[in-house]
Amino acid sequence: MTKELTRPLPRTWWLRKAPYFQFMIRELTSLVVFAYALVLIWGLWSAAGTGAFSGLYDFLSSPLSVWLHAVALVLALYHTGTWIALTPKVIVLWRDDEQVDPDFIAGVNAILFLVLSGALLWLVLA
Amino acid sequence: MTTGPDRTAPLFWLLFAAGGTASAMLLPAMVFITGIAVPAGWVSENDLVTLFRNPLTRIALVGLVFLFMFHWAHRFRYALVDLGLVRVGKQAWLFYGTALAGTMLAGLAALHL
Repeated sequence: MTKELTRPLPRTWWLRKAPYFQFMIRELTSLVVFAYALVLIWGLWSAAGTGAFSGLYDFLSSPLSVWLHAVALVLALYHTGTWIALTPKVIVLWRDDEQVDPDFIAGVNAILFLVLSGALLWLVLA
Repeated sequence: MTTGPDRTAPLFWLLFAAGGTASAMLLPAMVFITGIAVPAGWVSENDLVTLFRNPLTRIALVGLVFLFMFHWAHRFRYALVDLGLVRVGKQAWLFYGTALAGTMLAGLAALHL
């Protein structure tokens, strides 16, 4: 059995440089995704009963919920921005012998985000 | 110690990517609806409960809970690995199990009506 040679890394490595910190915030936006899944589960259960929906509605109207949503919105937008910025790294397209411009791929995704957001808001609010 | 390739990795990565895309595209608007439109009174309690009771909404929301949960499970697990709090290969079931439980909870609620 060979000895494992790994350089010890302090737990605070991600606080040392701005890009490391941005990376960690980006990864931790998944907590917002998780928390929002819980809100959706709460909504589905509340709607399944009869008359018990006001608990969720009252919470959503509370200052605590508004603050949590405000933080969640900032982090969700950060996730959207960083995710779209990464799409050209994942989707590499070739047209004949020429690579499709990475900015074009990110741009299409950004437009898709705006269209879907607009459609969803229109469906619910209009 | 010899270990074979982790054959579950591509599946969980795929779900992570699908959930990342779904949340990147839809989450800001959803947070806007429940975080701003509801407290502002643009969506009444009756509107919201009607929305949640719509069969199409329920199917879509169960799908989103599924994708959101597995996105979180994979990304958060590896964030904890990067933070030195979890070792690769350990406690994986905790994250994916939570995601599965959340999905089942959403599915049961959607069927309950």
